[in-house]
Formats: sequence, structure tokens, C-alpha cells
Amino acid sequence: MRLAVIGAGAVGRSVVDLADEYGHEIVAVADSSTAVVADGADGGAVGVDPDAVVARKAERGIVGDHDPADALAADYDVLVEATPTTLDDAEPGFSHVTTALDRDRHAVLANKGPVAERFGDLRAAVDDSEGEVRFEATVGGAIPAISTVEDIEPGHVTAVRGVLNGTANFILTRMAAEGLDYDHVLAEAQDLGVAEADPSFDVDGTDAALKCVILANVLSFGAADDPADAREFTLDDADVDGIRDVPGSALRLAAEDGRTVRLIGEATGETVRVAPRLVPENGTLAVSGTQNIVQIETSHAGRLNISGRGAGGPETASAVLGDVGRLE
Amino acid sequence: MSDSRDGVPEAAADGEDATPDGGHAAAAPSTHTVRLELVDEPGQLLAALHPIADNGGNLLSIYHERGNKTPRGRIPVEVDFEATPEHFEDIVEALRNEGVNVMQAGTERYAEEVTLLLFGHLIDTDLSDTLSRIEACASASVADVSLAAPQGTEEVSSARLRLEARAGETEAALAAVRELANEKELRLVEPLTGVEA
Repeated sequence: MRLAVIGAGAVGRSVVDLADEYGHEIVAVADSSTAVVADGADGGAVGVDPDAVVARKAERGIVGDHDPADALAADYDVLVEATPTTLDDAEPGFSHVTTALDRDRHAVLANKGPVAERFGDLRAAVDDSEGEVRFEATVGGAIPAISTVEDIEPGHVTAVRGVLNGTANFILTRMAAEGLDYDHVLAEAQDLGVAEADPSFDVDGTDAALKCVILANVLSFGAADDPADAREFTLDDADVDGIRDVPGSALRLAAEDGRTVRLIGEATGETVRVAPRLVPENGTLAVSGTQNIVQIETSHAGRLNISGRGAGGPETASAVLGDVGRLE
Repeated sequence: MSDSRDGVPEAAADGEDATPDGGHAAAAPSTHTVRLELVDEPGQLLAALHPIADNGGNLLSIYHERGNKTPRGRIPVEVDFEATPEHFEDIVEALRNEGVNVMQAGTERYAEEVTLLLFGHLIDTDLSDTLSRIEACASASVADVSLAAPQGTEEVSSARLRLEARAGETEAALAAVRELANEKELRLVEPLTGVEA
């Protein structure tokens, strides 16, 4: 498949880097201000040199000499949307995806915005297109959460829950293990690059909530006979509580009783909830460090647990490239 | 074991009761008390006693408080009987299936345990008032409290509470605590109930 990668952060760069290994060709790459487009992209065979893109981005902060719009107009089969997640109108990611759909091309998202905030609009755009949209990378990084739900069929999945934010999980794990307070562990996480300078998105539960909203949309639309009857979820429908003010003393009291606290997200076709919850210390959901886990509750097949790396460039790119493979 | 099932054909219905007097190492029967609420109509008492005898309970005494009325205008009845723990569960279930309101069922009064954390200005917001208001909620009782106030009583402190809730009422008990926490601006960490992780 010929890929146009929009967004040159950790995920976009990893997709560019790994595409060849998965048998795909990069025909365009764009970041927010520049782009590179393959020579003779409308029939030619000369793709973009991944190493050169990654090197230019690292050295000069640009991916090429073209305008980003040129990448959107390039001759690709699949547009990979890997720009940062934005809320509300989910722009510019949403328009990038619809640009591809309008041209009857596929889109694969790593950006949560369009599927969390405008799932209904996106469905409508897909209905009018020959192209399809896939978004495995938006939930749980490398963990195949969405395709597993699709395999089981959303109508036979009663709930999906889990630990969906590695930063919050790292902080809670370290607080419990070292008996330290939140601020101390957050500083450590920032030094290690596990937490961002502004950690609000992770520690306030927003990131986990977006993932749960996406799962709720998959369950709701997937189970409905007619998409018009499906309930659409956005972040506003989620009941969200973060971990910012959880004191070390609370984790110590939990540990004395064989329990610990994890930021747990839960999605059904009716509700989305993210909150710190008490779980058994050695239980399945008490994954450590930046690890994520997705637990799928089914009608006929019991409970499925899938744990793994919930973030990271190559991990998330593997989910993106898995989606690309499903579109072949 | 009891001989109370003489003449009760249903007793052998579910197989495992086929040898009621055998010397097998089943859990020993113990005495249970259930408080029932009956409508003041003929035949109601008999209808309530059948599920006990039919499910392997050995009736010991019946205290029929005919002069008393429950708040719903019904008659409270206290029944003592012997049963193994398994039979006891079956009996309470059978009573409920018969439509008999079981107000209190021996050790089963608080069948579900739930542990939660509260944190915030627990002491400034009157912890004992918080606890007694949780107790006042009909569906739960506070079984155990552990408090940690590492920075002194005026700073943020944490508490671990173990509540005992009546069967099926854990969610109602949690909702009551949630509301109270909200009112007192305390943070609540709820357990993930229904998920044996």
C-alpha cells in the first residue's frame, strides 16, 4: 500500500521508519508546516526515503520542502493520521481524514480526536466513500483492543475496562512501591520522559477517558442494527476523575489491606467512567509501571485480558501498520 | 442432621439432598434466625414456613409478634431453625422466591463486604459524623476504619473503610457514600465491584 503519513511525532516517524518492513511504501510525509512528497507520486515508483525524513526532522525540524497540503493531495492508498489529538471539532485531524475519504481513499488514525469527538460525523463520511477508516492505535497502543472487540462482535461484548494510561499507572505504581507522594513521583516521571511537562491530559484522566469514549462508540455503533439508533459518545459524556490529588497515605492504607489503586476506565454501550479504583494488589488489573491492560467482558466467552505496551512510537506504529494490513 | 424433611417430597429434588442423614462430612448445621414480614392474611405463616422445611431447615421456634406491626403495616415474625450454611442460603432464596420479605437473615444480614478509600480533610469535616451517617444509611454498616493522617489532623488525611452491605445493596451503599463525599468535598476511591480481578 502507498501511505501518506500526516504528523511527524514519535508515532508518525515510527510508521515512516517501519512501513517498508510491513511491505508498504511511503509516498508523502507532512508535519504541521512542511511536507515531502514522492517524485512522480502519480504513477512513479520513487517513494520517500524514510531515513532522510527522520534525519531532516531531527536536524532541521522539517520533513521536506513541500507544503503540508501537497501531502494530502499525494497519490496514496491510505492516509495515516498521526497528528496530536485535539478535542471538540478534532481539527485539523478530522479534515485530514475526510479529505482522504472524499477521494475514496482509506484512513488509519493514531489521533484520538476524530473518533472520540466526532464519531457520528466520521461514520457519515465513511458511508459516502469507497474508503474505510480504522483506528486500532487510538486505544491501548500496541494492544489489539478494537480488533478483538470486532472479532467478538460488539453486540456480544458487555463491557470493556482497563488501565489505559501508562503515565498515570507509572505514578500510582511508584507511589505505592516507594511510599512517595504524587508531586515527587511526577517529577521523577518527567525526568524519565514518562510524563510530559504538562501532565494534565494523563493525570486528570482525559486521555484514558478519550480511549473509553472510543470503545463506547465502537460498542454502541457496532451493536446497533441501524447506526441511526446508536448512541454517540464524546468526552462530555464521560464521568472522569483523575489521580492528581491521591495522597501517598491512601495508597499505604490500600496496601495494608492487600489492595492498590489504579486509574480504571470502563466503557459499555451506555456509560463511560474513568476514576481511581481500589483493586486487588496482585490482581489482573494491577499492572505495573507504564504497562496497560484491556479487559473485555463478553456474553458467551467469559473475560479476556490483553496487557502490553500502551504507548511508544514503534508500539503504536505497529497498531497503525496492522490496520493498514487489514485494508489490503 | 435433621429429620425435618419427613413427608416433604420436594426435599430430594436437587439430587444432593438424596442422602440427608448420611454420615458425610458436610458442614455442620447451626442455628439461624430470620426476621420475616408477613401480610396479615390467613395461611401466610404456613406459606412462609414451607420454604424452610422444604430446603432442609429444622424448625426450632417461631415468634409471631401479632400485636406488632412493621412500618409497612405488616406482621413481623422471627423464626429460628437449624440448617447447614448451604441450606441456609437456599432457604433465604426460597423465601424470597415465595415473595416473603426477609428483613434480616441471621449472619446473612450483611452479606457483602466492600472496602473503599476516602481522602481529603477527613478530620476537619468531622469523621465520626461521616461514619455515623454512613451507618445511618439502611443498606450498610461500617465494619472497620483505618485512618492515616501523616501530616497532622489539619492536612489531607486518608481512611480505609470496610463496609458490610446487605445482599444486593452494595451499589446503594456506595451511592450513599458517594453523595456524602460529594457534600463534604472528600474524595472517594471506590472498589471495582463485581470484578474478581
